[in-house]
Amino acid sequence: MARMKFLCDADRCIECNACVTACKNANEVPWGINRRRVVTINDGKPGERSVSMACMHCNDAPCAAVCPVDCFYTTADAVVLHNKDLCIGCGYCFYACPFGAPQYPKTTNFGARGKMDKCTYCSGGPEAADGSAAEYAKYGANRIAEGKLPLCAEMCSTKSLLAGDGEIIAQIYRERVVKRGYGSGSWGWQTAYQETINV
Amino acid sequence: MFDLRAALRAAALLAMLAFPAAGFAQGAPNADRPAAPVTGFNPDKAEVHEGEVLAKAPLVGHIIIPDTRAASLIQPNGRVWRDYRRGPLLWLTAACVLGMVGLLTLFYLLRGRIMIEGGRAASLIKRFTSFERFMHWLTAFSWCLLALSGLNVVAGRVVLLPLLGNDAFSTLSVWLKYTHNFVAFPFMAGVVLMFLVWLRHNIPNARDLAWFAKAGGLLGHEHPPAGKFNGGQKAVFWIVVLGGAGLSVTGLALLFPFSVTDITGMELMQVIHGGIALLMIAAMLGHIYIGSVGMEGAIDAMKTGEVDLNWAREHHALWVDEVMAEGTASVHPAE
Repeated sequence: MARMKFLCDADRCIECNACVTACKNANEVPWGINRRRVVTINDGKPGERSVSMACMHCNDAPCAAVCPVDCFYTTADAVVLHNKDLCIGCGYCFYACPFGAPQYPKTTNFGARGKMDKCTYCSGGPEAADGSAAEYAKYGANRIAEGKLPLCAEMCSTKSLLAGDGEIIAQIYRERVVKRGYGSGSWGWQTAYQETINV
Repeated sequence: MFDLRAALRAAALLAMLAFPAAGFAQGAPNADRPAAPVTGFNPDKAEVHEGEVLAKAPLVGHIIIPDTRAASLIQPNGRVWRDYRRGPLLWLTAACVLGMVGLLTLFYLLRGRIMIEGGRAASLIKRFTSFERFMHWLTAFSWCLLALSGLNVVAGRVVLLPLLGNDAFSTLSVWLKYTHNFVAFPFMAGVVLMFLVWLRHNIPNARDLAWFAKAGGLLGHEHPPAGKFNGGQKAVFWIVVLGGAGLSVTGLALLFPFSVTDITGMELMQVIHGGIALLMIAAMLGHIYIGSVGMEGAIDAMKTGEVDLNWAREHHALWVDEVMAEGTASVHPAE
């Protein structure tokens, strides 16, 4: 089975935020929630790089480890999903997440966060029927069930953001780095998968 | 229309043709400055490595959305917090709850119930007003709810989830979460009231050292003289006041997330909150034991506010002498 991953080639990202927009549109996420975002480091200075970041679907995911009600599960594609019917909105996954992926739809005071929402790798939720209206309302699109990759990566104009089997996208990145002669590395991979791409 | 850009380009071209060396002026030897090597520097090629940037962790950048928390790109601290929560925190919980229950059971088996040495007297003496009892039980009941709902967040997944199943446990947990968040306020009110009303009886003094030196009569049968509160009770008072203050500060920071601190601060607040709470749970289990099954006559102080006169003389001799001398003692025969 494939081990699905995201890879953001920071040397290609132009901070156009199309991935963010594509995600919002594909999943109809509520106002104020960003499942994906683009962070620019060294903004306006030499070495400026932009990285598109969402849930990295970590190995041994910290969010799943700290959840008091054990509402997370991992799919056969190694995508980390959660069950909104079980989520109590305690906010612990946000503290544990290295990437700031968990989002909450309500104002956060007095523990009223609402059900956590995060990137599903466009693979819906635990609902029995893939692509059902109930699943879409809670979790958004289920493109994986349709044989498609997450829309953010599919929409990326510079193909900076790659989604797919970790082995394959690592190979694509490796070839790019060899051909152009430089590469900033696979951002977040060390933290999420305890490995980097050796060129 | 006059095209400014085209005119500038033409002027630049003319200048280059006229002064071929001008384009290389920076690389050319100069009488004033040493020569700089021609590098052909391409800023896009400069490798920016995650590892090097992460050395200045957490990795925070610039974003164009209003949620400033999203500017944090990678915060590896999350892993540390997770390891603490899955490891040391569970061990600390087991030690503070199961360990303390075990110790108290052992103490009960060895020492038994601490009886009133002289037996019950025929009269009762007023020890606590109804307001004092109100603020004690306000704090006590809210604290019990907070402790149980807090323990559920820490250890419920290990202890209760296998028994209840996901759905029932989730429903219970969400109600316990709201309980924890809102009962925090009566608890804080109770701690403040107790601090104000009982502070003057809880200033540590030399008698407390003597009391602790003799372990307060817990081990032997000799009760060191004490005022309204003995050394042990003063310790409980300060544990509740200082622990309660610590829990309130960290708890309010957690109730209003990211209003006073960042993600690392929030993790730290949670660690401190849990640590103080567990130590307090251990202390309060001891307090509950000695105030109920552990000692004959102790519960009356908080139940009716009137205690047996012999009990008062044994445990709080100086207080009895004081109120008797003042004439403020309210003594009447037991029914």
